[in-house]
Amino acid sequence: MPDGFLLDMLQALFTILTDGLIYGSYLFIVAVGLTVIFGVQRVLNVTHGSFYAFGAYLAAYLGAMWYESELPDFGGFVIIFLVPIVVGVVFGVLIERGLLKHLYGKDEHIVVLATFAAFLALEGVSLFIWGTDPYFFYQPQAMLGFVEIVGMTYDYYNLSLIALALIIAMALWYFLARTIWGRMLQAVIFDREISQAMGINVTAVFLGTFILGTTLGALGGAAIAPTISVLPGIGVEVIVLAFAVVVIGGMGSVPGALIGSILVGVVRAAAVHEFPHAEMFVIYAIMAIVLVFRPEGLFAPPRVRKI
Amino acid sequence: MVWSDRTVVGVTVGVILVAIINFFVPEWIRQIGLLSMAMGAAALGLLVLWRTGLISFGHALYYGFSAYGVALLNYLGLRDAFLLVIISATMSGLLAWGLGFLVRRYRAIFFALLTMAFSMILYGVLAKTERFGSTDGLNIRPPTFFGYAPQDEAAQICLFLLGLAIIYFLMLGVQFYLRSVLGQMSMAVRENEIRVEYLGYSVERVVHVKYVISGLLAGFGGAIMALAIGQVDPESMVYWTSSGEFVFVAILSGTANVAAPFVGAVVFEVIRHYAWEHGASLWQLIMGGTLLGIIMFMPEGIWSLVQRVGKKKDSAP
Repeated sequence: MPDGFLLDMLQALFTILTDGLIYGSYLFIVAVGLTVIFGVQRVLNVTHGSFYAFGAYLAAYLGAMWYESELPDFGGFVIIFLVPIVVGVVFGVLIERGLLKHLYGKDEHIVVLATFAAFLALEGVSLFIWGTDPYFFYQPQAMLGFVEIVGMTYDYYNLSLIALALIIAMALWYFLARTIWGRMLQAVIFDREISQAMGINVTAVFLGTFILGTTLGALGGAAIAPTISVLPGIGVEVIVLAFAVVVIGGMGSVPGALIGSILVGVVRAAAVHEFPHAEMFVIYAIMAIVLVFRPEGLFAPPRVRKI
Repeated sequence: MVWSDRTVVGVTVGVILVAIINFFVPEWIRQIGLLSMAMGAAALGLLVLWRTGLISFGHALYYGFSAYGVALLNYLGLRDAFLLVIISATMSGLLAWGLGFLVRRYRAIFFALLTMAFSMILYGVLAKTERFGSTDGLNIRPPTFFGYAPQDEAAQICLFLLGLAIIYFLMLGVQFYLRSVLGQMSMAVRENEIRVEYLGYSVERVVHVKYVISGLLAGFGGAIMALAIGQVDPESMVYWTSSGEFVFVAILSGTANVAAPFVGAVVFEVIRHYAWEHGASLWQLIMGGTLLGIIMFMPEGIWSLVQRVGKKKDSAP
């Protein structure tokens, strides 16, 4: 076997892994918000796609304004982290208090349909505000520069997304397992009524979780904005992907979301490099296979059926 | 007796009236009618499932499968509209029968997500296969009607009459199904599956039959749609947003009557026609707002208005 062949293969493998991890980490940031909300509120929140879209649009819009007015360069990064918090608080309170509050206890799919309706309306709002023209917010990516690894060029911005996803995963784990707030959250997940009887303010936990999830969704959008052209329909696209990730990993499971997004990211990258025709097909095929053989997802803890 | 069923009488009278009106309307209204038939058939399929409390977020699978069936058969040289619709819809039904073995075990959110995953698989295949025109889709040559090859407006009138006849038989078929023992099981399964099993019926079979019927209905819808616009493409027929539109129409209409999905579909298409003139943002705002309003304030759908007028004489089958 010629040496070149082995080297090519290793290089291809490395490229697939890196691309997959980059794509997977941005999927994780979005999907983990969805899974946290599902875990606590038992709501499969379609509106999550709009949070992502609003995060991306608002970041790109403000970013473009910022760089036009020649303010200090680091401002772009401030925008990326500030926008999600604003979107998270505003939309989190609006959707949870204004809509979901009235629907707790109703049929699961009625709630899904209601969030779908809110999603459609919000898509309309974002189209109304920002129109159909693309927005570009490439400066943060260009600022961080590029690096060459094994003959392939990567930009530091994308690589830092992996770090961001890891930080979020660890922070969430610490929050859930080690803080009093996290334990209260787990108690509510386990049994809502008993936790209420024990003096936990379930209403506040619900609102807090929803704002947290919304912020993460918007952060996914704001963080990806510098690497894409922000266009109408990005929310529609991301929400089905996030569903796939969450279903594969197990709905309501944070480690599941991590594994699911890495799996989807790497498999998609492999498809893009080796069989471009299968790019989309393969993700949903995995989703269907997981649903058929392990409907609760790869990592969801078994649930006790209450009668 | 068949004619003692008020719904059958109402549907028959309604279909005859629409068939007559069809000759006197401009083309764009007839086009809205055709699109409503397609949308209504798919929503009728969801009604059949919704009666058991199941919601499919992936009926675009059968809709798109059948639409592409029409396009491919047409490409292979089959020109007859009736055969195109029947063959494609039957293939959709067969696909639903096959997938039904998997799907029938799931309920609630898992059912919705599994059906969505299947439809997205088809979308992924169609959007990436150049043979099928990728994202541009395929064109369909004008069909013939039992050997008769009309032009322009006459062709549209023929298609409308054919579609109407098909829709008529679909409505009657679903009505008889819902009245049969198997159909009456719908509500029983929704209320308590374990009891149904103890009574000696197979819940999985009830769900499977429903799934095949609804796949078949969505297939008819897709075939009519393909012929009505003369073009198929994955974005507007197979993507999850089309499944969302069917769900929207089904919720808008309510499950009280087999004619309800078609009334809902007409409302949907008319609003879409006018809203689009003012831009996509308005359309989505209206759609989202209406759906929210229906879920919150009119959970029985717009058919409940009809029932209120009829003082609930017309009870659900």
